[in-house]
Amino acid sequence: MKKLLFINLIVLFSTFLIAQEITDESVEHSPENSKCFYCHGNPTYSFYNEILERNVTNRMNPYLIIDSALYYYQNHSSFECIDCHSYGFKTFPHDNELQMEAMPGCFDCHEGDDEVYNFAKIDQQFQESVHSTKHSQDFTCWMCHNPHTYKINARNNQNLLETIVYDNNICLSCHADINKYQLISSDKNPNIIEKHDWLPNQISHFAHVRCIECHTDTSNNILVAHKVQTKDKAVRKCVECHSQNSILMSSLYKFQAIEKRNKYGFFNASTLDDSYIIGANRNYYLNVLSGLIFGFVLLLIFIHAVLRIFIK
Amino acid sequence: MKNQVYLYPIWVRLWHLLNALLFLTLIVTGLSLQYSSNDYSLIRFDWAISIHDIAGIALCVAYIFYLFSNRFTSNGTYYQFHLTGMLVRVLKQLRYYSIGIFKNEDAPYPISIDRKFNPLQKISYVIVMYVFMPIIVITGTALFFPEILPTDLFGISGIHIVDLIHIVTGFALSIFMAVHIYFCTIGKTALANFKSMINGWH
Repeated sequence: MKKLLFINLIVLFSTFLIAQEITDESVEHSPENSKCFYCHGNPTYSFYNEILERNVTNRMNPYLIIDSALYYYQNHSSFECIDCHSYGFKTFPHDNELQMEAMPGCFDCHEGDDEVYNFAKIDQQFQESVHSTKHSQDFTCWMCHNPHTYKINARNNQNLLETIVYDNNICLSCHADINKYQLISSDKNPNIIEKHDWLPNQISHFAHVRCIECHTDTSNNILVAHKVQTKDKAVRKCVECHSQNSILMSSLYKFQAIEKRNKYGFFNASTLDDSYIIGANRNYYLNVLSGLIFGFVLLLIFIHAVLRIFIK
Repeated sequence: MKNQVYLYPIWVRLWHLLNALLFLTLIVTGLSLQYSSNDYSLIRFDWAISIHDIAGIALCVAYIFYLFSNRFTSNGTYYQFHLTGMLVRVLKQLRYYSIGIFKNEDAPYPISIDRKFNPLQKISYVIVMYVFMPIIVITGTALFFPEILPTDLFGISGIHIVDLIHIVTGFALSIFMAVHIYFCTIGKTALANFKSMINGWH
């Protein structure tokens, strides 16, 4: 119960974080979008029913309601709705046939966009991931990256704990929501809390590392690994993270880990602002000092013992 | 048992034995955790965590037992000391260990039924049992429940500070352990003091 409450708090917390910095005034927004939000930003919509020959008000499908505040905060906030959706949606009431049209994917625009984000590598990793191999075409980028709200986080956010919450919520949006999970699977959604029962200090781990740290094959070419692997390949050995050569340095702390040991002599010092990892954050100077002190004490004992044996 | 005094009642010996075993376990597992590595590992990380946790809880219980026993038996009186002249007494004992012992001088503060510890032993045991032990027990308990620790303490993670204190105190106690075991060989024979802690007679 405590753990479920914790996950709920994470979701609430992330919503709060997003809501805090909700507007980005530097990006121009299309005024045309307001016509869409007039209906799709509200729980109800009205139209003239030609059969009844009067105005009627209906409930909007909750999955079709777009929060304009979140929309104008996300990566593609400058987009006009019909940049992705069919031009036919400009006509209202919409033609029902339009719903059957295929939606564009990330690579329809981003193919070849490899300099900054390395989409080619992302695509390759995704194709090799369990999400793609197990679910085929049903699993698109939009399953994780909500096109109306997704904002790049790991690259821009200085607060790593916020990034962890944001990124984990992407996984939880399916793995903690049976309705979305069953869009692509008829399996029973595994209970994340029970599946991770073996993990000591589960709450602390969930709050300080992302799911992908253990569940993906990390790559040097992209910031966020996309090759989600089967559960039997997930990291289970504690020392993978709890050691000087912690894998977190090549994933979660990749871009912060430029320095190796420059913050008061701590190994993997870049983690210290957000968490303390036993075994990974030992201090170089304390190590040397403690070794010298212990060696000195043992030397004194040895000399004393030798003198006792030979002088007595 | 002629010329011997019964200094160590059964509860002291049992507690001392348990304490020693737990201490050694905690030092070994603590070192294994602190220097954990992918390439080599003294003890598997998850095993070391579990053993360290169990031994730590047992040490806490043993320590509470020790505190109560010292409070309600005469054993506690051996730890009482007067600050006046303490430094002189400690230095005198230090001089004996560093010079006098090699000249076959008599110990300045021989052990008796009224004086179980010499001044140097007394001050070190008091520091270890009444300063270092509470610190390591409290910090260890806090690390066992990391969610209760503040995320930010003077700009640093609470776990980080508490863990540093825990490790530094653990290191100090390890030094004490090494010195303590060595000093136990300074008796009538090298094994005399160890035998005393088994049969109770000194």
